[in-house]
Amino acid sequence: MTPYLAVEGLSRRFGGVVAVEGLTLALARGEVLALLGPSGSGKTTTLRLLAGFEVPDAGRILVDGEDVTARPPAGRRFGMVFQSFALFPHLDVAGNVAFGLETAPLSREARAARVRELLALVALAGLEHRAVDALSGGQQQRVALARALAPEPRVLLLDEPLSNLDPELRGRTRRELRDLIRRVGITTVLVTHEQDEAFELADRVAVLRGGRLEQVGTPDTLYAEPANAFVAAFIGQGSAVRARLVARSGADATLEVAGRAVPLQGARVAGPLAPGDAVLWFARPEALALAPEGAAPLAGLVRERRFLGATARFVVALDGAGEVEVQAAPAAVAVGARVGVTVRAPATGVHLFAEEG
Amino acid sequence: MSARGARGAGVALVLLLAWLVAYPIGLVLLDAVRDADGWTLAHVREFLARPRERGALWGSVWISLATVAGAALVGVPLAWATSAWAVPGRGALGALLALPAVLPPLVGVLAFLFLYGETGLAARLVQAALGLGEPPWRFRGAGAVLLVHVYSTYVYFLLFTRAALASLDPALLEAAASLGASRRRVALRVLLPQLRPALTGAALLAFMVSLGSFSAPYLFGGSFRVMTTQIVATRLNGDYALAMVETVALTAVALLALWLFGRLDVAESAPAVGRSGGRLRPRRLRGAARWAAPAALWLAALVAVAPLLCVLLVSFVPLGGWREGILPRGYTLANYATLVADPVRFRPLLNSLWMGAAATAAALALAVAAAVLVVRRRVPARRAIEALLALPWAVPGTVFAIAIATMFSVRAPWTGRWVLVGTALILPFAYVVRILPIVGRAALAGFRRFDPRLEEAAASLGAGRWRTLRRVTLPVLAPALLAGAALAFVGAYGDFVVSIVLYTYDTRPVTLEILGSLRQSDIGVAAAYGVVLMAIGGAVMALARADR
Repeated sequence: MTPYLAVEGLSRRFGGVVAVEGLTLALARGEVLALLGPSGSGKTTTLRLLAGFEVPDAGRILVDGEDVTARPPAGRRFGMVFQSFALFPHLDVAGNVAFGLETAPLSREARAARVRELLALVALAGLEHRAVDALSGGQQQRVALARALAPEPRVLLLDEPLSNLDPELRGRTRRELRDLIRRVGITTVLVTHEQDEAFELADRVAVLRGGRLEQVGTPDTLYAEPANAFVAAFIGQGSAVRARLVARSGADATLEVAGRAVPLQGARVAGPLAPGDAVLWFARPEALALAPEGAAPLAGLVRERRFLGATARFVVALDGAGEVEVQAAPAAVAVGARVGVTVRAPATGVHLFAEEG
Repeated sequence: MSARGARGAGVALVLLLAWLVAYPIGLVLLDAVRDADGWTLAHVREFLARPRERGALWGSVWISLATVAGAALVGVPLAWATSAWAVPGRGALGALLALPAVLPPLVGVLAFLFLYGETGLAARLVQAALGLGEPPWRFRGAGAVLLVHVYSTYVYFLLFTRAALASLDPALLEAAASLGASRRRVALRVLLPQLRPALTGAALLAFMVSLGSFSAPYLFGGSFRVMTTQIVATRLNGDYALAMVETVALTAVALLALWLFGRLDVAESAPAVGRSGGRLRPRRLRGAARWAAPAALWLAALVAVAPLLCVLLVSFVPLGGWREGILPRGYTLANYATLVADPVRFRPLLNSLWMGAAATAAALALAVAAAVLVVRRRVPARRAIEALLALPWAVPGTVFAIAIATMFSVRAPWTGRWVLVGTALILPFAYVVRILPIVGRAALAGFRRFDPRLEEAAASLGAGRWRTLRRVTLPVLAPALLAGAALAFVGAYGDFVVSIVLYTYDTRPVTLEILGSLRQSDIGVAAAYGVVLMAIGGAVMALARADR
C-alpha cells in the first residue's frame, strides 16, 4: 500500500542547532499519528514543516503521491489548529469558519450552508455571530477546528490541541476531538507532550528525541516492545539500572547487578546481546516485588513511598547500583527500612537494552 | 523578502530616518560653532555673556518644573477623587476633566485669552461685580503662562494616575492595613510606589510639553522670556548664529531632562487596565463630604470646560460686538459663514487639511515600514530605527522648525540638502518629522501585539500573501494604526510652533490665520477657527475609536 502522507528524510537546522534530522514517516489515508516527545524534541518543527511554515534543509513531503515540499502553505491544503487557536479577532465565529471558503467557487448560500454544517459538527450551531473572544476556551478550540476543516483539507495538523484548555475540560474535549476526527475520517498529525493524549487520540505514535525518530508504532507496541531505554522510560513508568549480561538461553537470562546475580525468566531482550555485554536493565514498577532482605537477589534502602490508593510505589536505592521503583501494597514497608527486591516471574515489563555509547 | 533584502531595507530606512530626523539637528549643532571663517566659539560666548539669554534658559527650566508641580497638584487629587470616591456622574466627570487633552495648544491659549484675558469674560464679571473702572487684572507674564501650562498638562497626571489606580490590586492596600499600617503609611509605602511609574511618566510628558511650549509664552509671556520664543525672536532679528546656539541650548536641556527621567522608572503610556484580579471600588462618602466632594468636583469640571465654552461663545460674536458689557450684545453665524464663503478665509482650512493628511499618510507609511523591519524581520538596525523614530519627541518643536529651515534653505544635493523653504512642501515635511514618534509608537505597539500565528492560520486556509495582508493583517492592526494616525493628524492640523517658522502665505495653516485674525481684533473669526479645529480633532478621534 502506498502511504497517503509520506515524509522522507526531512531535516531542518536553525543556525547550527538540529531541530529535525532525517525524519521519515508514512501515514495511511485516514490514519491519526501523534508526534510525542519532550520539549525540544522537534515535534513542533516537524508540524510546521508539514504545514509549510518552515522550509526543510533536506527531505521531501508527499501527499497522495504529489510532492508538496516546495509548495507555500496556502497551496498545500493542509488544515492547521494552532496551540493558541489563532482565531481572527476581528471576525465573528462564522467569519472565521468561512475564511478558508472565500476563494472557493461557492455561492453565498452554499458557503453559509457549509459554515452551518461545520458549526453543527463541532456542536456550536447558533453561535455564528458571536465574537470569538466572547467564547470559552473549549468553544474557541472547536471554532479553530471547524475553521481548519471547512475547506476540506487533505491533512489535519493539530499543535498541542488541548494544552490551552483547563484541566477539567481536557478529558471531555479529548474524547470529543477523537470522535470528531474519526467521524470526519481525515488523515491527521498531532503534536503533544502528553502520553495520555497521544494514546487516546492516535492510531500510531511517533516518539521523537533531539529531532530524531526513536520509534513509531501503536501505543500497545510502544509500551510492550520499546525500542530503547528512552522510549521505555518515556512511555509509562519504570527505572533503568546498569548491569551486565552473564548468561542467556532462550527467554531466560542472568544479569549481574552490582556484583550480584539476578535471574530473569521471560525478559524481553531488545537487539543482539551476548553474554559479557554491558546492558541497561529496564523494569516497570509492576514487574518488581519487595521481599525480606536476604531472600532476594537484590537489596537496598527504601527512600520514598508514593501512595496511589490500592497500591504504592517504593523508590529503593539498591546497594552499589541505581534506584528502582517497585509497586507493592501500601503498608508493605516503611521509608528508611532495608528491603530485598525480586523480579516477578515471568518478567513481563522487563527489558534489556544495549547500553548506549 | 529575503533576510538579506530585509537587512538592506533596514539600512536604507536608517539612512532615510537619519536624514529626516538627525541630520537637521546636526546641522544646527554645526552652525552654532562655525561661521564663514571656520570653527568658532564666539556665538557660544555671546550667548553665555548675555543676561537675557541666560534668563530665557532659566525661564524655560523653571516654568517647566513649576508646570510639573502644578499639574501634579491638580491632576493627582482629581484622579484619586474620581477613582476612589463614589460621586454621582463619575463617568461624565472623568470625561469632562480629560477634555483639555484634545485641545490644540493655540486653541487653549485662545480660550484662556477669551476667558481670563483683560477683556475676557471672567475679567468683565469681576470688573462689573466690584464696579471697577479698569480691568481687575492683566493676564500676562510667568503666572499666566504657568496657568495655561497647568491647564493643558494636568490631564497627563489625571489619566496616567487613574489608569494606574484602575489596575491596582486593592488587596495590596488591604494587606498593608492588615499588617497594622496606618492610612498614611499605606499611602506612602504601598500606594505611592505602585503609582510611581505612572507619575514619572506623566511628569516627563508635562515637562517636555512645557519646555517646548510656544503659544502660551508667545501670547501671554510679555516680558517673561523662555527659550522657544527667544529662538524665534532672535531668528527674526537676523542673528542666525545666535539662534543656532539657543537651539542647541534648548535641545541640551530637553535631552538632559530625558536622561534624568530615564533613570527613573517611567511608564511609557497610561498602563493597561484590568489586569489584576480585584479593582479599586469607589468608597461611599459620609457626612459633609457627601455633598462637598461632588460640588468641588463638578466645579473643577466646570473650570476645565469653561475655556472651551468661552471659545464657542465668542465664535458667535459679530465683529466689534463685544466692546463693553459682561456678555456680548448680539450673536451671529456670520463668522462661520465667512470661513466658508470668503476664499481667503477658507484657504487655511483646506491647507491644514491636506498638509495634515499628507503628513499623516507619509508618517504612517514610514512607521509601518519601520515596524515591519523592527518587529517582524528583526533587522540588525532595529535599535537605530527605534531611536530615530522616537528622537523628534525629545526635541522641542521650535528646535525642529529652526533645524528644518536651516537644512532646506541651501541647495546642495550632494549633501542631501535642497531648497524647500518657501515651497508648499516644507510644512508637510516638517509635520512628518513632528508626528513620526506618535505613529511610530502606535505602529510598533500594534505589531508587537500582533500574533504572527494569525498570518500562518490564514496561509494554511489557502490565503495568499495579498489576501492575508488585506483580510487579516491590516484589519487586526487597523485600530492601533488608526488611533496613532488620528492623534498624529490632530497634532499636525493644530500645529502652531513649526508652522510659524516655516509657513508661506499660500500654505498658511489655520493656526496662523487664527493669529492673524486676533491681530486684527477679529476675535469672532479666530474663535470660529478654534471651534472648527476642536470639532475636527474631536471627530477624528471619535472616528478612530469607533472603529475598535
